[in-house]
Amino acid sequence: MGYDPNNPMEGRITDLGPRHYSEMLPPVIAANKGKWDYHEILAPGVLVHVAESGDKCFTVRVGSPRLISIEYIRELCDIADKYCKGYLRFTTRNNVEFMTDSKESCDALIADLKGRTTKFPIGGTGASITNIVHTQGWIHCHTPATDASGPVKAVMDDLFEYFGSMVLPAQVRIALACCLNMCGAVHASDIAILGIHRKPPMVDHGRITGVCEIPLAISACPLGAIKPAKAQVDGKEVKSVQVNAERCMFCGNCYTMCPAMPLADPDGDGIAILVGGKVSNSKSMPKFSKLVVPFLPNTPPRWPETVQVIRKIVEVYAKDARKYERIGEWAERIGWEKFFEKCDIPFTDKSIDDYRLAYDTWRTSTQFKFTKATAAYTSK
Amino acid sequence: MAKHATPLLDELEKGPWPSFVTDMKRQAETHPECWDILGQLELSYKDKITHWKHGGIVGVFGYGGGIVGRYSDVPKRFPGVEHFHTVRIAQPSGLYYSTKNLRGLMDLWDKYGSGMTNMHGSTGDMIFLGTRTENLEPLFWDLTHNLEQDLGGSGSNLRTPSCCLGESRCEWACYDAQDVCHHLTMHYQDEIHRPAFPYKFKFKFSACPNDCVASIARSDFALIGTWKDDIRIDQAAVKEYIAGNYPANAGAHAGRDWGKFDIKKEVLDLCPTGCMWMEGGELKIDNAECTRCMHCINVMPRALKPGKEKGATVCIGAKAPILDGAQFATMVIPFLEVSKENEYENVIDVIEQVWDWWMEVGKNRERVGETMQRVGLPTFLRVMEVEALPQHVKEPRSNPYVFWREEEVEGGWQRDVEEFRRKHNA
Repeated sequence: MGYDPNNPMEGRITDLGPRHYSEMLPPVIAANKGKWDYHEILAPGVLVHVAESGDKCFTVRVGSPRLISIEYIRELCDIADKYCKGYLRFTTRNNVEFMTDSKESCDALIADLKGRTTKFPIGGTGASITNIVHTQGWIHCHTPATDASGPVKAVMDDLFEYFGSMVLPAQVRIALACCLNMCGAVHASDIAILGIHRKPPMVDHGRITGVCEIPLAISACPLGAIKPAKAQVDGKEVKSVQVNAERCMFCGNCYTMCPAMPLADPDGDGIAILVGGKVSNSKSMPKFSKLVVPFLPNTPPRWPETVQVIRKIVEVYAKDARKYERIGEWAERIGWEKFFEKCDIPFTDKSIDDYRLAYDTWRTSTQFKFTKATAAYTSK
Repeated sequence: MAKHATPLLDELEKGPWPSFVTDMKRQAETHPECWDILGQLELSYKDKITHWKHGGIVGVFGYGGGIVGRYSDVPKRFPGVEHFHTVRIAQPSGLYYSTKNLRGLMDLWDKYGSGMTNMHGSTGDMIFLGTRTENLEPLFWDLTHNLEQDLGGSGSNLRTPSCCLGESRCEWACYDAQDVCHHLTMHYQDEIHRPAFPYKFKFKFSACPNDCVASIARSDFALIGTWKDDIRIDQAAVKEYIAGNYPANAGAHAGRDWGKFDIKKEVLDLCPTGCMWMEGGELKIDNAECTRCMHCINVMPRALKPGKEKGATVCIGAKAPILDGAQFATMVIPFLEVSKENEYENVIDVIEQVWDWWMEVGKNRERVGETMQRVGLPTFLRVMEVEALPQHVKEPRSNPYVFWREEEVEGGWQRDVEEFRRKHNA
């Protein structure tokens, strides 16, 4: 018996939830849960956790593109069956972790993974650049201003050396969101890649009354740029909306609510870069990422402008920051004016906040450093 | 044989990072619709816009969410993605899998879907990426009947909760994040599957303030592990760190020569409250001044451990920018016992206190963090029956625009101007 479309509620099972996590734990994990003593990073991508019992759990972390096929997952399963008693896990940044209880099988596992070219690159631990948390982009979403999988691949190819090493002052978290709904972690990452629009929505007057609940579209605007309006379609008056282009900052939230207000555009759309966010409470409190590059063009397939800016920031940070200092902590210590100077990023008025509580971000002090940016005011 | 030319995407087969393009081409050998995914993506790379139509409402009977409908805007060219719905599958807490379970799920998706997945969505679900409407019910039937598991959440409801790996493989876990996450996911199945809220609501569980599941940034209700007694110090192990026998930060910086470990420079001087010092070769911590940021424990995991009186801090209201700007979650309850013994009753009480109120007063599509902003934190704290504490603020307000309630003011607000005039002529 299977699903019967004529009796849809017949035999239906609901509200089962996920499988219980305890069915999924490798034996060494199940035996020592809650009784771990300490851990150590043996090499980039390789961890050992030592339990109070003396048991050891070796973990090998490998990078994954997140968008993966059945065949890829079956290959992961083959590896886990061979070396890990049929268990594996994924991390909160979409890496894959294989666990074993012996050094020997861990070494054999590593040798095997390395033999598969870089399909399963080992790394992502310690002061490294680990996987990029990202979104759907052009592969599945209807509101993106850029792609996700493509720019992530381009950036990770370029920064690959930092995935399999631990040479940075602290871990660097990179995230990408293809629009400012910011699905994922873009608002609190060391480096954030954000898809943005720069043109107001078009209004499809011919469709709007049929597909849209107009008051929802109006209330979807953070800046009150949308108002109800009448429009003429085929000589007939219809209820529609009008967008005040001067007040629109192209967030796209009206399109989320109303299919008749599309705004995607090949030339208008692109990428903004934000930096300095963090989630952990270690040393400093969690921080939001801040906008430092307002626009880079969409240049598929490899987004060279975006890749180049990110590499520059990583390299300057790696050279200049102190041990344990996250990018945001470093930028705040040296001052944002120095951040822009050192990273050679031109400062524009787009980085100056002008939304509601903006005033708190302006400099109400005489404390600042002279940089290249102030040269016009210091020369005779 | 490739069904469409993909010169732009072919460029993404180069380079060392694992290529989603190569992977998808391999899958296309058994799932030809993958060629159409690649074909449409190639078109997006050329046109620099998305080719998915707006929205899409599909699902399974009995549920109001779990599946994100999607249709191609070029279905004639790419019939394999005419329908391209994603199915959210509820994931096990901590994202551990047996290969038996994973293989079962892959066989299911092999039968009904495109062959592509996301492992995992940002909220935590396993994502089956791309299938047709007519496959949804049969897929759901097999998922529940054969694999005995369920869909995740979508829409204005409780979304799929997720957690860090917690006690399963971390010595810093202050509560069993996996167990709380699983228990509450089961407890609130109805709220996950049938949208009844003003907007979406997310739970995330991190077992310590390192917050490996980013709960403070990405959940409306964040439970973050902590402790209330003293950090446990193993002085002998401290000496091993000072002697250079144990690697600082568990070896996280081993790829670069940062010089010999210097406990003053790397721990004492970086402590945000300056509550640590060395005395007679021993490490001292004034725990009353410690804010439990985790830095010293992170740097010397073999010498320092969280205290024994463990629990969690409740932070509420994180969200992304739309509408009123991004928010981190605000600390609301400094310390809450998290105990399996009472089936997390006190955690449930807190959650339902938020929901009972927000379901009434929350506006259409208003995240709880925005409702908190609209009514103000003092009002929200009264709703939560939590006393206002200095810990609730980074700093006291600087503007003097203070609301007083009438009952707080002697004599109330009903006054007679005639009475006033008797002492003060106009």
